[in-house]
Amino acid sequence: MVKRSDLFGWLAVSPLLLVLIPFFVVPFLVILAASFMESDGFGGMIQTFTLDNYIGVFRSRLTFDLYYETAKFAVITWAFATVIGFWVSYFLVFHVKNQLLAIGLFLLCTVPFWTSNIIRMISWIPLLGKEGLINQGLMGAGIIDQPLAFLLFSNFAVIVAYVHQLTIFMIVPIFNSLSKIDKSLIEAALDAGSSRFDILRYIVLPMAKSGIALGSIFVLSIVMGDFFVVKVMSGGGSASVVGALYEDVGVLQYPSAAASAVILTLIVVAVVFSILRVVDIRREIAR
Amino acid sequence: MTMQTTSSGRGAIELAGVVKSYDGGETTAVDGINLKIPDGAYCCVLGPSGCGKSTILRMIAGHEDPTHGEILIGGENVVGLPPVKRRTAMMFQSYALFPHLNVRDNIAYALRVRGMSRSERYRRAEEMMATVQLGEFAERLPGQLSGGQQQRVALARAAITEPRVLLLDEPLSALDEHLRIQMRTELATMQKNLGITFVHVTHTQMEAIALADLVVVMERGKIKQAGPAREVYIAPRDRYVAEFMGGQNVLRGKVRTINGVRATMVGRGEEPIEVAFDGRHRLEKDETIEIAVRRDDIELLRPEKGKVPAGKAAVSSRIVGIEYQGNFVKVMLDATDDVAFIAFVPERRFFQDPMKVGEVVYAAWDVEHAHLMIEP
Repeated sequence: MVKRSDLFGWLAVSPLLLVLIPFFVVPFLVILAASFMESDGFGGMIQTFTLDNYIGVFRSRLTFDLYYETAKFAVITWAFATVIGFWVSYFLVFHVKNQLLAIGLFLLCTVPFWTSNIIRMISWIPLLGKEGLINQGLMGAGIIDQPLAFLLFSNFAVIVAYVHQLTIFMIVPIFNSLSKIDKSLIEAALDAGSSRFDILRYIVLPMAKSGIALGSIFVLSIVMGDFFVVKVMSGGGSASVVGALYEDVGVLQYPSAAASAVILTLIVVAVVFSILRVVDIRREIAR
Repeated sequence: MTMQTTSSGRGAIELAGVVKSYDGGETTAVDGINLKIPDGAYCCVLGPSGCGKSTILRMIAGHEDPTHGEILIGGENVVGLPPVKRRTAMMFQSYALFPHLNVRDNIAYALRVRGMSRSERYRRAEEMMATVQLGEFAERLPGQLSGGQQQRVALARAAITEPRVLLLDEPLSALDEHLRIQMRTELATMQKNLGITFVHVTHTQMEAIALADLVVVMERGKIKQAGPAREVYIAPRDRYVAEFMGGQNVLRGKVRTINGVRATMVGRGEEPIEVAFDGRHRLEKDETIEIAVRRDDIELLRPEKGKVPAGKAAVSSRIVGIEYQGNFVKVMLDATDDVAFIAFVPERRFFQDPMKVGEVVYAAWDVEHAHLMIEP
């Protein structure tokens, strides 16, 4: 016997389920199934049950190196995006007195998103390249006499591209959580004798926690799941987890690629869960 | 930093020629205020919203600076000093409790930013929580408290630094009627116990006269009248104060005859109304004057029962409404044009000989009890 309220609840979530089940749950199950199969070496799969793909992934020294590289990019990008994102949001919310101007500047932050990811990334090349703006400028000013090679096709360039792409994912949730802080709280803190730094430390930062956590989930999961930026901006010099997986697909090793994909998914889920353990986002949002 | 004790601080406040204008002088929130609040007084600043009362409070607190004029606390000019240096503390309208900190940490916050050790500040917070009876709620977040409890936390948080002046911005407005009266009493008790100056901004006259030693009535950035609650209530300076404080009927008329300390004025009707005045006033014939007559000073007489007794003034008017209020009966009359002319008749007296809506009666009062207002 189904209660009316239960029925209504199911109806309310059904559009979401209609999207999630065919486009997320089913493909994931297919990949999960594939990860336990054997490759015939020509792009076909033999339907057995084997753990060899997983054992292969875990036995490989390469796997750990790839995860280390990807984690490094993720953590460095996260650190820059968090600091910049927090600072931009803090400035917009607490220093721009005119609210209309603040919203205008906030929208300005989203302007780069009017064009595609790829174009935004490629547009770094004329800036960072050997003949690029920065090198020419520095050489013209006589500061250097050789072009700086590390600017493009390097880990540096990868980080620059990631930070450029992903800081907005920090700005939006942090801006949102800072906007919810009642200005009279700041005044009350001043009244109690706080310095600006005390206010930042004891009031603003704790109240921005949910925004930082949300932004962290976006940034970390996007970097962990990306290979294109690493491929283009490092000029092929750096590898990533998904990059390796993509190459497996390229040589028709579907089962081992599937196993890598399952492991990566589990790791990202673990990262997201550990962030949610630190910050109770549901409670923070409801506040 | 060491904490100073209450006794060393003098909480007398003086505002001298204080002006606050915005947008380069286009709008003036506070327009030349002079006011002295004695140390340890409970002062209520009363006025409708937008009259500048909150701005005055915020200027005393140091959250805004006056455009002109001086603010003295304990004899020293504090303009430009931060709140900590002024040794004032403010209790905000919606309390502004830190939502992510529990009651104990909210109360101890000011001590934390002063660099006091955790054990010491918690000990002090514990004492303060006992004073305001919040001990059992120490671990709760503000969102888990009732309105009255939140108000106590706000009060405790403001009082823990032992300020010489406590500034309260509409402290009771967020509470429901019943709780408001209860908390009003708690505020009064708290002020007596702390022995420091309280400046309390409100738009409710009942709150002001119940609490204040000094009532300041404001209108459009200016002080209309400042004085002890009873003085402001029984001897309003003008129609604005009389109507804002309530409990008064204001009658306007032209002086017809002057005779020593008595005069007669003619209002809307043609019957002369006798007015008492003293040496403070100089009346001239045909001058427009206004008198305030307390609602509870009015006696209703039936015209057929004879004339108005000697020493009483009266207007003849029709009863337009009767409301039973429990301990008295509110009788509305049409003696004035704009606002109702109201008599509060003691319940027993009214029901000895009840009157009805539509009856024409004399509303009479003792000539000596009517108050001639300074500015018509």
